[in-house]
Amino acid sequence: MKLAWGIALRFLKSSKGQTILIVLGITIGVSVQIFIGSLIDGLQVSLVDKTIGNSSQITIVSSEREQYFEVDEELLNSLNEDEELTAVSKSLDSSAFLTLDDETYPVLFRGMEFKDANKIYDFDDKLTGGKIPSSNGEVMLGKDLVENLELKIGDTFELITPEGSLEEIKLVGEYDLKVKAINESWVLSTIKTSEDVFDKEGQITAIETQVKDIFAADETAVRIEKGLSDNLETENWKELNEELLSGLTGQSASSYLIQVFVLLAVLLGIASVLAISVVQKSRQIGILKAMGIKNRDASLIFLFQGLVLGIIGSILGASLGIGLNLVFSNFVTNPDGTSLIPFYLDYKFVGISILIAILASTLSSLIPAIKSSKLDPIEVIKNG
Amino acid sequence: MDNILELKGIDKIYGDKVKTQVLFNIDLNIEKSSFNSIIGESGSGKSTLMNIMGTLDKPSNGDVIINGTNTTNLSRDEMAELRNETIGFIFQFHYLLPEFTVLENVLMPYRIKNGRVDKEAIDRAKYLIDKVELSKVKNNLSTNISGGQQQRAAIARALINNPSIILADEPTGNLDSETTDKAYRLLREINDEFKSTFIVITHDKKVAEKGDRIIEITDGKISTDIRRNI
Ligand SMILES: Nc1ncnc2c1ncn2[C@@H]1O[C@H](COP(=O)(O)OP(=O)(O)OP(=O)(O)O)[C@@H](O)[C@H]1O
Ligand SMILES: [Mg+2]
Repeated sequence: MKLAWGIALRFLKSSKGQTILIVLGITIGVSVQIFIGSLIDGLQVSLVDKTIGNSSQITIVSSEREQYFEVDEELLNSLNEDEELTAVSKSLDSSAFLTLDDETYPVLFRGMEFKDANKIYDFDDKLTGGKIPSSNGEVMLGKDLVENLELKIGDTFELITPEGSLEEIKLVGEYDLKVKAINESWVLSTIKTSEDVFDKEGQITAIETQVKDIFAADETAVRIEKGLSDNLETENWKELNEELLSGLTGQSASSYLIQVFVLLAVLLGIASVLAISVVQKSRQIGILKAMGIKNRDASLIFLFQGLVLGIIGSILGASLGIGLNLVFSNFVTNPDGTSLIPFYLDYKFVGISILIAILASTLSSLIPAIKSSKLDPIEVIKNG
Repeated sequence: MDNILELKGIDKIYGDKVKTQVLFNIDLNIEKSSFNSIIGESGSGKSTLMNIMGTLDKPSNGDVIINGTNTTNLSRDEMAELRNETIGFIFQFHYLLPEFTVLENVLMPYRIKNGRVDKEAIDRAKYLIDKVELSKVKNNLSTNISGGQQQRAAIARALINNPSIILADEPTGNLDSETTDKAYRLLREINDEFKSTFIVITHDKKVAEKGDRIIEITDGKISTDIRRNI
């Protein structure tokens, strides 16, 4: 064992050119693999974050025709204690009409507790004017609606509820959630205002949440739904965004495909160079065998070479790949200076890539190793 | 005297379709600590016989008994072990490992046997290297010494495990006569000092006469077998 190590290392050292070539091959392969994999992961994470980062990821709603349901403090408590949920916010929503100068505009009136809702929508950051509603009768509107209606902060206007009653409300803030459909339709107030306007005291229409692992949102939703009473059900972002998801899946699949082919190319490279090296070293193996080295050790010499090459190459490759990602995220930027693709590193992915490369290069030295063990010393002795 | 090596009814036939028989029913006993020369024309089967004696090649028929052990039914690994511990080879083309220094080459059979080297082994290697007058170049890569030096290094390597049998195939094949003489004197000295058995192939009759016993091979058979009394 020790002998095989010694000989393997010496062989690698004495044919430096070849060793450097193989290490370079593995390095480039692994770095490309990690670069592409991390790039696409980063792309997906930022895409998903842009799409659903500021919206409810799992929503608990009524499963019956009646969209209102009683606030269940016990349920809220258990959701708040759920490890997987990072935000829990209840809301009381209703469609309504906004009237101004005899014109009416359909809107979605949403009452929420901003302390909780901020964890999802981050209104502090999204506020473009005025303040967040805090007392009764105060609302904020989206930037686009404010522009359409030519309103100013401090203006009052009227709202027609589905029941037909008229309610006076006051504009105190303007937000921009970066989605036009929302900016044009959501009228946001405290839950108390919503209760008063629609006369629905103690009732809500939704509990909105965000989750830690967004790609497991569907599984988490199923789990949560099990604990709900019959009149409630969950919706999750995945079922509402199937197109985005299938796009992401396609992207991942092509990324895997690229990675597999890069790895395959590297493997073939190592295998062929090592196969040549066993031919080059057949004289030495023959001499060692004539002197009595066992077949096991004779094949270990080549397995160890593959192992050493794999370890050095994949560690260098991982460093290079991570470096490339850093460079890319720091220097390839949007006009505003933020990086086009944020630096994203999945240590598990890097670890697995390194392991696979090491395993693969050891495996690809299996053929030369078997050749070496089969080599008959007499061939070498007789043929010089 | 005891026999260290016995050949019984050795045939060697090459080829599957076109069969060429190279050795015919050879019986030969080699005595412990003797110095034997094998001569014969080119193609007569000397190297074939020696490779069979050294368990590098298998006979088509017959038994090779080394130190009382019949090698016929040994596995490849058992054969390798036997080879490592009881036989030292000196091949015509030296066959040193070019990746290693002279000292490392000399130590290689010891490393194969024990997995590692200790101080004692290094001392013995240095002693043998000194004996073959290579002390000055012992740390050179084996490719960075002359042909004659390589050959002497191969001799030192053959002796490191203190083998009971040393097989040498034309060990002085491409050396000038003076160096050849020197090399033979060295082999005889070792024969005296370590009591190891020597079997040396040569095509040079004068060289052969330095042995205690001269065995001549003609067309795959032993044609003459002369013992000299000193
Ligand atoms: N693989 C083989 N197939 C067929 N014939 C072979 C094979 N190997 C050797 N021979 C034949 O066996 C015979 C003996 O060969 P060997 O090498 O033993 O001769 P030798 O006495 O050592 O000759 P030299 O003095 O030239 O080294 C030769 O005629 C050779 O052609
Ligand atoms: Mg020969």
